[in-house]
Amino acid sequence: MTHVLDPDALSRGGRPLPAPLDPFADVTRSDAAVRAFLHGLPGVDQVGAEARATVLGTRSIKTTAKAWAIDTAISMVDLTTLEGSDTPGRVRSLAAKARRPDPDDLTCPPVAAVCVYGDLAGIAKEALSGTGINVAAVATAFPSGRASRAVKLADVGDAVANGADEIDMVIDRGAFLSGRYLDVFEEIVAVKEACGEAHLKVILETGELVTLDNVRRASWLAMLAGGDFIKTSTGKVAPAATLPVCLVMLEAVRDFRAATGRQVGVKPAGGIRTTKDAVKHLVLINETVGADWLSPRWFRFGASGLLNDLLLQRQKLRTGHYSGPDHVSVD
Amino acid sequence: MSDRLAVRKTYKLYLGGAFPRSESGRTYEVTDAKGHFLANAARASRKDARDAVVAARGAVATWSGATAYNRGQVLYRVAEVMEGRAAQIAEEVAAGEGLSATRARAAVDAAIDRWVWYAGWTDKLAAVLGSSNPVAGPYFGFSLPEPTGVVAVLAPQRSSLLGLVSVLGPVLAGGNTAVVVTSKERPLPAVTLGEVLATSDVPGGVVNLLTGDAAEIGPWLAEHADVDGIDLAGASGPLAMELERSAAGTVKRVLRAPAEEPDWTADPGLARMTPFLETKSVWHPMGW
Amino acid sequence: MTAIPARPALFEYAPAAESRSIVALRPRYGLFVDGEFTEGTGTPLKTLNPATEEVLAEVSTGSDADVDRAVRAARRAFTRVWGPMRPADRGKYLFRIARLLQERAREFAVLETLDNGKPIRESRDVDVPLAAAHFFYHAGWADKLVHAGLGPAPRPLGVAGQVIPWNFPLLMLAWKIAPALATGNTVVLKPAETTPLTALLFAEVCQQADLPPGVVNIVTGAGDTGRAVVAHPDVDKVAFTGSTEVGQSIARAVAGTHKRLTLELGGKAANIVFDDAPIDQAVEGIVRGIFFNQGHVCCAGSRLLVQESVHDEVVASLQRRIGTLRVGDPLDKNTDLGAVNSHSQLARIRELVAVGEAEGATCWQPEGELPGRGYWFKPTVFTDVSPAHRIARDEVFGPVLSVLTFRTPDEAVAKANNTTYGLSAGVWSEKGSRILSITSKLRAGVVWANTFNELDPTSPFGGYKQSGYGREGGRQGLAAYLQGDNQ
Repeated sequence: MTHVLDPDALSRGGRPLPAPLDPFADVTRSDAAVRAFLHGLPGVDQVGAEARATVLGTRSIKTTAKAWAIDTAISMVDLTTLEGSDTPGRVRSLAAKARRPDPDDLTCPPVAAVCVYGDLAGIAKEALSGTGINVAAVATAFPSGRASRAVKLADVGDAVANGADEIDMVIDRGAFLSGRYLDVFEEIVAVKEACGEAHLKVILETGELVTLDNVRRASWLAMLAGGDFIKTSTGKVAPAATLPVCLVMLEAVRDFRAATGRQVGVKPAGGIRTTKDAVKHLVLINETVGADWLSPRWFRFGASGLLNDLLLQRQKLRTGHYSGPDHVSVD
Repeated sequence: MSDRLAVRKTYKLYLGGAFPRSESGRTYEVTDAKGHFLANAARASRKDARDAVVAARGAVATWSGATAYNRGQVLYRVAEVMEGRAAQIAEEVAAGEGLSATRARAAVDAAIDRWVWYAGWTDKLAAVLGSSNPVAGPYFGFSLPEPTGVVAVLAPQRSSLLGLVSVLGPVLAGGNTAVVVTSKERPLPAVTLGEVLATSDVPGGVVNLLTGDAAEIGPWLAEHADVDGIDLAGASGPLAMELERSAAGTVKRVLRAPAEEPDWTADPGLARMTPFLETKSVWHPMGW
Repeated sequence: MTAIPARPALFEYAPAAESRSIVALRPRYGLFVDGEFTEGTGTPLKTLNPATEEVLAEVSTGSDADVDRAVRAARRAFTRVWGPMRPADRGKYLFRIARLLQERAREFAVLETLDNGKPIRESRDVDVPLAAAHFFYHAGWADKLVHAGLGPAPRPLGVAGQVIPWNFPLLMLAWKIAPALATGNTVVLKPAETTPLTALLFAEVCQQADLPPGVVNIVTGAGDTGRAVVAHPDVDKVAFTGSTEVGQSIARAVAGTHKRLTLELGGKAANIVFDDAPIDQAVEGIVRGIFFNQGHVCCAGSRLLVQESVHDEVVASLQRRIGTLRVGDPLDKNTDLGAVNSHSQLARIRELVAVGEAEGATCWQPEGELPGRGYWFKPTVFTDVSPAHRIARDEVFGPVLSVLTFRTPDEAVAKANNTTYGLSAGVWSEKGSRILSITSKLRAGVVWANTFNELDPTSPFGGYKQSGYGREGGRQGLAAYLQGDNQ
């Protein structure tokens, strides 16, 4: 077996850790300043980033490592339903699955959260009461974000009032792409304030930002504004989560913590459907930012179908034979 | 015939754009094909060769850094000036090679045409020898010919002008600078060519012409660590082998000499240019 | 929140060894001459697995007489079969070989890793696929040579004597044999003494392809066998990849003969990182540049030239990244850094690293243990290196990086070119104009801009200065094996 030469290499970080936000206190003082800052971040070479993600995607995760990875991945799932057809019944059914993903195997961990629209957050909260599983609610005119700030803040307030522990907001991609970075920043700050105690996940919708340079800039903007998590996508736009995008976001949270001392979580969402995809993400974390992010506190998968594939693979590892779709519950 | 007493020319080296005597103070007698005295040529020493390499190295950046179009125009200018001095050069060729006036003039004409031929190559080599490389990945790849650097040229011993031009032209067209050891016994057209070069916009140091003995100077050039390539055209069998062995110590590009001096009127193709051209392959990713 | 601890241990990857059962190692291997395996009459050598020091097999070596037999076979094949053959048919044989290499890719990859010590990830994803690609690419040239710009009627040279190194045994074989065969030559190839096995497996591929006997001959052995190949009077072309020192002796040996020569020798490549570089990818490129194949790469980016303003940041990122390299069993699919190929190479690396420390450079290596048996060396970074230090000038051919700094572009170019080598170079910057300018000023045969150590059969590869002459790959690479009006 091969071993990592220096297991603490990633967690040690390169620099001393100053007070939160301290080095960057003045970078949002004006549009010009925030623009200069974001455009002064090192560029991302797309081909190089993709090549790195590809190599990490070839890691061979077997036996005990795979079992650990599957359980870890299950515990990181934000089990999600974000459809116009969602009902209280469907949310309750999802909550039941969240608590006990595999009813035949009590050793299977629960997921991290259930993610719903804000109006159903109360239903989810009630259904998950006493489980330790969080309720996440999308807000801010999800998924497009095209509404006035007042409406967005009201949306957040409503979700929080319904008991959401976590708010998944979308950034104003129009503002970002037209260079109005300060508008984006201020909106995130306002939403964070409206969240109160709730954790804020900031959805960048990287499929609309297109370039990895934009992903890095948007990640920094969200972190500077106080986001607790940065999240790739709404799941409504393709491409959603990809490994290179997640790599760049992990590099951003790594560098942000090194500079400010504040750790920010990462949530790829949309498009992660298989155990293999999930394991690749865990490898990406492991070799980019290290073990500090290998927990649901700092990493989530926004997904619906992923959980069933994780369960099937888990059954295969446990029983030694392949399982089938009727051996896990339909959502 | 006028009874005016001719003003004779002193034949010197052409080195770094100037016309010095050999630092050694040595000269040797140059005779015509029948053994009559023609001139005393400077007999270049190893130190002259050393100085020539310094001059040639110093000219590399300017010459290789010029645009191909510019190099082509400068070389073409050389042909223009040669044409104007064709009669004088033909006399020197006739005397040295023992040719009739007509055949000497034909050799000069061929030399001028050869020079023009190479002048036209400067801005085509990249298209003919370069490539776009369709690599199996998201990269743009291309390859370009670049000059080797400083090339030592042992000029042919018999063909004092056409032979010389046929070995010097390709070295220069590719963007190299040259240290030339001329034909030992027939050096005079080379010195006059130096005068042509000096008045033709060719930067000093690009061409350095040493009259003298390839067997004496050649080994110093073949071993010289700051010489990148060597054309052995003017070296005889055993000397050529010795020089090639010497050149191996610094991995020089070596253009071997054929057993017999070739017919220089033949179409040269690219065969004398490619040995002193390097191929550089460049990769760059293509991403957003 | 969940049962998973908040701060788990590092994600440990369970062993994921590629099975070596796919390789049927024989206790003894012979030479491959005239289509058949035969005993060599030289003293047999043993080839080791450098990761374990286990003897893999005993291999015959070729004496002068064996080399002579091989050259005669190659000459016969050239005169009677391969030379006169329709070019399209020569191409079809090469296509067959390409396909056979793909079909047996796993077997070749495992054998290469066993014999060489390189990680299976690299032999599987780089060496073997590129070797197959090289045959596939050149197969297509076989009947198109008149369009290659090498004159209207380019002709093969005859018998090519080829000597290859141990760092990419199969790939270097492909670089040598594919163009030689495509252009109508026949070959006598001598693999490196420490890595003969994939060449001998390739001989089986030649048999499976029904390649006519004598077209490819493999003569194993050490330096004496190589010298015999180079010196044989009936060899028309010598191609060598290896050290500059041996290259020089080969150039001396062929002086005054009719033999054409191409040399691909050592390097000490500069990898230049500007302050506007994409830093994360540059760090990957630095790692790939010097730790790919344990640094046993002639085009390795062994001199990092980093702009002073980002020196500390780049070095810190680099050290963090090096800490994640996975070192160990080369057959484990997750290994990044395998074994050093031989005891003597390990000694050479140790010697130069000791010199670097004695010269006053700062040596850094990650924490951690290396395997107890086999030949291993930790990834090593020297900072505070001066251009005058030997570790900034001599080729280490191991996982050892020397970091130097520069302030301006012209200083970067001057330092990059301040070497007797000229094989490759790298430059990292997001400014296109600067990239093109620096690229044009670097005296190196391959320049990777914002990438490193990429190889492709369509891209000519070879050195400037004392890194050798001649090109391998691309249209330009054909010239080494043809005579035409332009040659």
